[in-house]
Amino acid sequence: MIEKALTGGRGYWTWITFLLAMIAAGAYCYLLQLNNGLTVTGLSRDVTWGFYIAQFTFLVGVAASAVMVVMPYYLHNFKVFGRITILGEFLAISAVAMCMMFILADLGQPGRAFNMILHPSPRSILFWDMIVLNGYLVINVVISRVSLTAERRGEAPPAWTRWVILLSIPWAISIHTVTAFIYSGLAARPFWMTAILAPRFLASAFSSGPALLILICLILRRVTKFDAGWEVIQRLAMIVTYAVLINIFFVLMEFFTAFYSAIPEHIEHFKYLYVGLEGHGELVPWMWLSAALVLLAAFVLLNPHLRGRQGPLTFACVAVVVSIWIEKGLGMIVTGFVPSPLGHVTSYSPTLPEVLITLGIYGVGALLITIFYKVTLSLRGEVEA
Amino acid sequence: MAVKRREFCKLAGVSALALAGGSASAPGAAAEANETDKLIGEPIVGNRWAMVVDLQACRKEEGCRDCIVACHSTHNVPAIDEPKEEVKWIWKEHFAEAFPNQQHEYLAHDLQHEEVLVFCNHCDSPPCTRVCPTQATWKRDDGIVMMDWHRCIGCRYCVAACPYGSRSFNWRDPRPYIDEINADFPTRSRGVVEKCTFCDERLAQGRMPACVEACKDKCLVFGDLEDPGSEVRRLLEKRHAVRRKPGLGTQPEVYYLV
Repeated sequence: MIEKALTGGRGYWTWITFLLAMIAAGAYCYLLQLNNGLTVTGLSRDVTWGFYIAQFTFLVGVAASAVMVVMPYYLHNFKVFGRITILGEFLAISAVAMCMMFILADLGQPGRAFNMILHPSPRSILFWDMIVLNGYLVINVVISRVSLTAERRGEAPPAWTRWVILLSIPWAISIHTVTAFIYSGLAARPFWMTAILAPRFLASAFSSGPALLILICLILRRVTKFDAGWEVIQRLAMIVTYAVLINIFFVLMEFFTAFYSAIPEHIEHFKYLYVGLEGHGELVPWMWLSAALVLLAAFVLLNPHLRGRQGPLTFACVAVVVSIWIEKGLGMIVTGFVPSPLGHVTSYSPTLPEVLITLGIYGVGALLITIFYKVTLSLRGEVEA
Repeated sequence: MAVKRREFCKLAGVSALALAGGSASAPGAAAEANETDKLIGEPIVGNRWAMVVDLQACRKEEGCRDCIVACHSTHNVPAIDEPKEEVKWIWKEHFAEAFPNQQHEYLAHDLQHEEVLVFCNHCDSPPCTRVCPTQATWKRDDGIVMMDWHRCIGCRYCVAACPYGSRSFNWRDPRPYIDEINADFPTRSRGVVEKCTFCDERLAQGRMPACVEACKDKCLVFGDLEDPGSEVRRLLEKRHAVRRKPGLGTQPEVYYLV
């Protein structure tokens, strides 16, 4: 099957070359990091997790969101999603692969990563995150591989796959719940220690993931013969609408609890995010941009006339993805460390090598998605002539 | 179990050296044997180690860094100028930062400006050991929260979990930043977390922790809380002591006499 990815037009190869260049730059910077240590990043004594862990958190959400196409199709028998379930599963595989690379990039001693298996520690949430992420990867690889093979032979997938697919639904919820538990179980970090963190992660995942899938469908319609169909896109848009509104609601609940209870150590983190703290306000413009984008998106999505048109819908989807990326990929992790448990306010911004390593990992993810989709669409005979 | 593991680590270290053809420089491993020969006394054992810091006595000697210097030189702690990458086992913080819950506007003048000694609290219920995904940090039966620098993968989850900021990560190779390497103690590599270990290596040789020994004003008192006759118990019964962030349930074993 994989040979289908080795033939393609000029546009296809330009895109592949671009991704390979991005990956090469990231790989070079990673060698730099391996040789010099994490000193090449902007991380510090006070802000010990940053860009890598934040991207990991965002991408776990993207991976989990595949459930939003799988569930309507298999549980609610919503047949039109049948054409895109495999796109969701491939998106999940690529996202989980990126998650693992981001964790590896963040380790001070990556050569010892296998100590997590040699010395399993069930009391650590990271242990469980390793279990659920790897399990989710295996489940999605099995499902997509078996159903693609069946599709090629023109037969129905074997009956047992249905059970694996049903298992993937709670499993998807689990990966983002466990990822939230990494943060929300720490007494040392009041910003994260909120019971709504896991629900919030799921709401933001189920808005940004399907929004990304809509954008992917629109791109595929442009560059290939594959058309998911307007009904599919509209149904995905409905999922995005509900999830965006729930996410806004959850964020407002965080504000209420922090500011009405008026406990300083809870308020300070929100101040750092939205107005700045002790002269440190590097995240402030980003957070307001995120808030503006999500409100605009909610306005567009709530209006059926706007949601039903491709232009406004595309804008809303881009706005949701960017807004959630800022929320999780920039704000969520760093702010847990500012101020530090000793009250110190330390600035953090990623360095050039850190950004290039991050882009390199995103490049690997994009390359995986490209190859998976190319193979799938070639099999269906839906690649551009 | 603790002893077994220690022996195993030694063995592993020696085997690694043998594999490397003995060319690798590991002053710690080589020197450990010598140190055992010149054992100073019987190992000091306890059931629940604790430290009492007498802030009043410590305050008298303003700017004194004897305990810090002693600890950091004994344990090959690098002196990195860049504050963002500092490695610290014991250091001074403003009272308000060490004790955010005790802070108020009309705090006694000397406390307001006072810097207090902070280091690992060797919590009875340590959040750092709970989160470690490789058991590279664990609590010994005698209460010491230990670190295995050969097992740590450098994920820094323990750093995120510590409510006291007591853990340091080696962002870069620390060795060039050690003025004079103490051959009796291992140096660390980059990419691992480290912190105070209540001088487990000195206790095993029958010696008190380096910081306790270095303080000429006897501001630091180390002892076994389960021994009713110990000095730490005597001090805690006689004087009012506070612990850092007691509300979090970590049960710190470092007590401050105010």
